[in-house]
Amino acid sequence: MAILEKTELIRNAAGRLVPETANGRPQVPYLGVGKYRPIGNIAAPSIRTAADYPDNGDKRVADLETALRKCGLRDGMVISSHHHLRDGDHVALMALEAAARIGVKDLVWFPSASFPSQKGAIELMDSGVIDHIEGSMNGPLGDYCTQGKMRGMGVLRSHGGRWQAIQDGEVHIDIAVIAAPTADSFGNCDGSHGKSACGSLGFALADSIYADQVIVVTDNLVPFPCVPWQVQGNNVDYVVSVDSIGDPARIVSGTTQITRSPDRLRIAELVALFLRDAGIMRDGFSFQAGAGGIALAFVRYLKTMMKEAGVKARFVRGGSTKYLVELLEEGLTDYILDGQTFDLSGVQSIASNPRHVATSPFTSYNYHGKGNFASLVDAVVLGATEVDTNFNANVVTHSDGRLLHGIGGWQNCLAAGCTILAVPSFRDRIPVIVNEVTTLCGPGELIDAVVTERGIAINPRRQDLLNAVKGSKLPIRPLQEIKSEVERICGGMPQRPRLGDRSVAIVKWVDGTVLDSVWQVV
Amino acid sequence: MSVGTETRTWQIGEAGHCGSEIRSDVHVRIEPRDDGGISIDLESRVLPYYGDAIRRQAEEVLEALGVKHARVVIHDEGALPFVIAARIEAAARRSGLGEGTRVLPDLISLPESSPRDRMRRSRLYVPGSEPKYFINAALHGADAIILDLEDSVHPDEKDAARLLVRNVLRAVDFLQCERTVRINQLPLGLEDLEEIIPESPDLILIPKVEASDQILDVHHKIAEIKANYGMTRPIWLMPILESALGIERAYEIATACKEIVALTLGLEDYTADLGVVKTSTGAESFYARQRLVNAAHAARVQAIDSVFGDVGDLEALRVWALNSRAIGFEGMGCVHPLQIPVIHNAFAPTTVEIEKAQRVVAAYHEAQKKGLGVVSLGSKMIDPPVVQRALKLMAQAEAMGRLT
Repeated sequence: MAILEKTELIRNAAGRLVPETANGRPQVPYLGVGKYRPIGNIAAPSIRTAADYPDNGDKRVADLETALRKCGLRDGMVISSHHHLRDGDHVALMALEAAARIGVKDLVWFPSASFPSQKGAIELMDSGVIDHIEGSMNGPLGDYCTQGKMRGMGVLRSHGGRWQAIQDGEVHIDIAVIAAPTADSFGNCDGSHGKSACGSLGFALADSIYADQVIVVTDNLVPFPCVPWQVQGNNVDYVVSVDSIGDPARIVSGTTQITRSPDRLRIAELVALFLRDAGIMRDGFSFQAGAGGIALAFVRYLKTMMKEAGVKARFVRGGSTKYLVELLEEGLTDYILDGQTFDLSGVQSIASNPRHVATSPFTSYNYHGKGNFASLVDAVVLGATEVDTNFNANVVTHSDGRLLHGIGGWQNCLAAGCTILAVPSFRDRIPVIVNEVTTLCGPGELIDAVVTERGIAINPRRQDLLNAVKGSKLPIRPLQEIKSEVERICGGMPQRPRLGDRSVAIVKWVDGTVLDSVWQVV
Repeated sequence: MSVGTETRTWQIGEAGHCGSEIRSDVHVRIEPRDDGGISIDLESRVLPYYGDAIRRQAEEVLEALGVKHARVVIHDEGALPFVIAARIEAAARRSGLGEGTRVLPDLISLPESSPRDRMRRSRLYVPGSEPKYFINAALHGADAIILDLEDSVHPDEKDAARLLVRNVLRAVDFLQCERTVRINQLPLGLEDLEEIIPESPDLILIPKVEASDQILDVHHKIAEIKANYGMTRPIWLMPILESALGIERAYEIATACKEIVALTLGLEDYTADLGVVKTSTGAESFYARQRLVNAAHAARVQAIDSVFGDVGDLEALRVWALNSRAIGFEGMGCVHPLQIPVIHNAFAPTTVEIEKAQRVVAAYHEAQKKGLGVVSLGSKMIDPPVVQRALKLMAQAEAMGRLT
């Protein structure tokens, strides 16, 4: 793609204007929840022949550049990476910079997520090595995109949507580069051990299965076999040993800190009280909460309430942290089903406790699976940048149009029995409850409650929840009422920032249809 | 108004705070000049949303203050309108402009006035110069919010904090909380009253009281301001005893005027006065606390305990608060919202107490019905004070939501 193409816009079922094509590929506009049912066969890798691989299983090559050359790297290829090393990752940029040295152009970088420390990719986009990023863009990369500087169009997908896009052939990975905290020379690898341990490697699984060529990069090469293995060496072409795959301090936090902000603690407590009083917290229930300050505090409050009520969960879903590990170790949950591991306690637990199980976007989130775990979860607690009075929510852009966050598993989690957005009602004078979200990421019909420091709004579609909390002491209020109160506090409704009419990225729904556009910020 | 063009008493005036660590505040710099009108230079982290509103508000406030020619630089960190108004007014006054003019934000409807004997289990201190804490302070369920002008405000910020707290009283809804202000030590505290009293706070805390004269000074000043403004709503007083002398005069102070509803004490200053170390068990202040409780009860006002400073140790707080209640206090101060539920639980009647009171009250009603003068429970005769205490405890338990 030489330059961002001018494309026709079409209004989708959510009423949002979206481009008909992206990066030269025709797109299906969003049709509604569960409405899109593509036909055909799931994508498959080409046939491999074991005779082409060394009998002694030693797939090591000297360095990443050699591996990329052996993979036949050329212009326009799709290079993938995973984000289990989070802001501490060195491998993705190492690979892209090696590609630049080889002299190729117009690559598509297909990370499972990108982080601020990978802002070096901006230079590679400026110089034309990378055409565009298909994956979440945080901070500086998001800014670069919304400033309209990226040549191709950004494609934002959920974790499940990434697996879906690989399986239905929308994205074909030419070369997958997998950072591995422990690996053997055959390519078996795992994330739970080694100096750069990160817990699960689930985000790299699809890449290992479907990419034409797979390179494993490790800083902890062990003699065969690497046990346990999460990625199978049978899918791996080359193994590269390096001094360091990342900065351990930024891969996992030593200890995750619970917020001390009284307002956030109040939100967390209200979420826990809501689960209790709505009858969702009962013996054998399940929930998922992330690693944000409110989510962590919520787990602590819920734990106290579970003990008081004498109930335990069947399973909880990670991102795991010390607080989930405590639930497991104190017998308050039978299992942790873990998508990613956020702190040292989580890493130690997944490495040693058989009830702490690594999952992948396939088991948890994939639209093309025969079901997935996300819809089996009783309640999920999520954040959002904005929510409108119909409960539609935004998680990627701020109200000024800047793209600052990825979708992650957020969209996939909306399938839970009860989806709760735990958000402050305003941030820095900027109301969170708005007339219309800047970017639609989650359809309001899937969002059941919004918990703010000023009260809890239940989606009127959930009469069952409204009935369940009747007679409780919870501050249940209409969303519109909270909105009006906040606007009074903030001195009226905010101005609508002016956005350009050029779509610089698209937001995919979990089924691969286009839910919304991200517009260039003028 | 006159701005002294001839005398040239102007100077650059600045107020408020900005920086990446600052939230919900605004820094305003006013540079008066002879002509050229008003120029506003605005930087704000909410510029795309409220840039126009901030400009408009700044122009209105400056006009109301009579500032006609000045270069104004505003660096905003997401301050709410009542904060912006207070900071502009403070900067203008510091620059020598706007003297004698108040620019008041819209008044939200005043809550009911505060009953003399209302429940005062917890009072949450909020620093008077920290805008970020005001707006949600009441959400945490304290019985009272204290907008503090005294120890939490730097001496150089007293004038600005006073304007901020005044605006807070007009613009922030404190829900169920009693709206209270801790003024500065006299005589500075009397200047605080000039700004604060017209906004109808429910109660004034008077720090470092050692003599009833101090109470009377405050009493007269408030009466004078209320008369000027034609105000009739009660404004209660809570003296804080913070010295050996103050404790010795507790009863005299508690009875100095009829607006006094409670006595409390400040243990940091008290222990400093004694030259002893303040401990988490409080053995060194036991006499002072017990003496205050006795004086307060003698004067028929509430006895309220000091604050518990260690925010991290909620268990020690719980023990302290249980002990407080046991020796006759009805509440204590909080420096963090996390302390509020701990204190409320500690000051609530226990199940055993409630059950006993229920039996006493039932026996009392039974005796009334039978026309008996003597109330008895089993083989025991119940004295009238015991009945009274049981009735009070039941009322408390009801108010604290402990009766099912």
